[in-house]
Amino acid sequence: MSLLELKNVTLRFGGLVAVNDVSFNVEEGEVFALVGPNGAGKSTIFNMISRFYKPAEGEILFVGKTILEREPHDIPRLGIARTFQNIELFEQASVLQNLLVGRHSHRRSNFLTDMLFTPGVREQERVHREAVEHVIDFLDLQPYREKLIAGLPYGVRKVVEMGRALAIQPKLLLLDEPASGLSVEETQDVAFWIEDIKKVMGVTVLMVEHDMHLVSAVSDRVMALADGRMIAIGSPQEVQSDPAVIEAYLGADDTTDEGEAA
Amino acid sequence: MDIVQLIVSGLANGCVYGLIALGFVLIYKATEAVNFAQGDFMMLGAFITLGFTNADHMDLPFWLSVTMAIAIMGVLGYLLDFLVLRRMFGQSQVAVVILTIALGFVIRFIAGAIWGHEPQSLESPISGIELRFGGIVLGMDEVWIIIITLVLTGLLYLFFARAKLGIAMQASSQNQLAAYYMGIPVKRIHSMIWALSGIVATIAGILFASKGSIDPSAGLLGIKAFAAAVIGGFGSLPGALLGGLIVGLVEPFAARYMPAGYSQIFPYLILIVMLVVRPHGILSQIQTKKV
Repeated sequence: MSLLELKNVTLRFGGLVAVNDVSFNVEEGEVFALVGPNGAGKSTIFNMISRFYKPAEGEILFVGKTILEREPHDIPRLGIARTFQNIELFEQASVLQNLLVGRHSHRRSNFLTDMLFTPGVREQERVHREAVEHVIDFLDLQPYREKLIAGLPYGVRKVVEMGRALAIQPKLLLLDEPASGLSVEETQDVAFWIEDIKKVMGVTVLMVEHDMHLVSAVSDRVMALADGRMIAIGSPQEVQSDPAVIEAYLGADDTTDEGEAA
Repeated sequence: MDIVQLIVSGLANGCVYGLIALGFVLIYKATEAVNFAQGDFMMLGAFITLGFTNADHMDLPFWLSVTMAIAIMGVLGYLLDFLVLRRMFGQSQVAVVILTIALGFVIRFIAGAIWGHEPQSLESPISGIELRFGGIVLGMDEVWIIIITLVLTGLLYLFFARAKLGIAMQASSQNQLAAYYMGIPVKRIHSMIWALSGIVATIAGILFASKGSIDPSAGLLGIKAFAAAVIGGFGSLPGALLGGLIVGLVEPFAARYMPAGYSQIFPYLILIVMLVVRPHGILSQIQTKKV
């Protein structure tokens, strides 16, 4: 059984078919990348998995069970965490607090015990804090632990968001353009972390990314999309050399308008 | 020594304004809507308590009445969001503003129809007792109002710092999208915030009606509390309380040292000065969105 399965998923916005009959499986323990020009439907697929959009047709299964009946806030409890292309952090909170909110779905306490700060609650707090500190060490966020998000540089915010998703301790991590806006060095760090997320933490990764160096370096399998359709799937090398992919990125021939380069 | 008396009665008034302002800010921070019926919530909470406990109404024990009034207003706040405001999702803020203003009128007339339009006093254990130290005469009710507000502030602080629900409320008011994907049921949290501000308004109403009398138009006090919230920094909970205290303190001093009638102008005068000098209020968290 695959960890995540999309079966013939279609989504329309009015007359526009954003995602057209797309199927793929993400196997446990792999890094799976979605690539394609802007508007190909990659982020839309992410938003369907996060239950932000509901597909018009098709099925999305996680560990063999449909997730289409679930509310968006149930998704992390199932074991799916995500980051956002434009970074969605709690701006007026510290890095540590942001990561601790990631523990929300693991928190088992009630109003009264919280207010009284009973030994049981304190013990739980310790466990959550430990889990969060583990992530902070893993992503080298120690210097920023107590800093407010609002004052942090872009590259660090990007890492904090990844850390917050990891604090959920997901089975599947959705990374929406983890390297966008990052410098070459920062992108190398991201590549290194994705490797470790897979190998050390044992978390399966599904990512959308434009940087083909990063995609080739970390992905086990890649799927290319264009205009909402799957055009190629396979190893990074196979997909990059696929004629349909080259056509989607560069345009078919001289008579068509210049396509968007990667 | 009337300075001490002025300060105490100003603080007591200010606590009531501050608690109503707190209700404004709670809802605004979380849902970006302004509930202009917040003052009427306060009035309704007070009348429900009064209806339960006053001898010429149901004559129930005071604390039982308070508990029931708080529960009823909490449920009412929750249902209001659940049944009405959730359906307005995506509408312009103006629509919500108009809706809450209309709601305020409805509450005012319902209260008038049930309990009458005459001013009534809440028969509470804290009203009508005087404390005397030397030459100073303090109303026990005023001292209690300050103490109860302090305790409530402390509880709210603990709630937002420690309780899972309180932290979830903070998270959803800072970033709804992120809150969803941390597993926080944002819509339910919004309803809970309406419930909480209904409860805070009820406590404000009980305090207000204990120290004087209340009639259905008392909800118009909400406008003064709104000014207090803006002075303190709309969007800051401590700011709401601070703004309330400032407005509350200014009034008795203006009444004492200025010609008659001027005291009512002062809160709005401060509001105007504040909007010119520091439009985000005293304790605002200024946050410009980057594009």
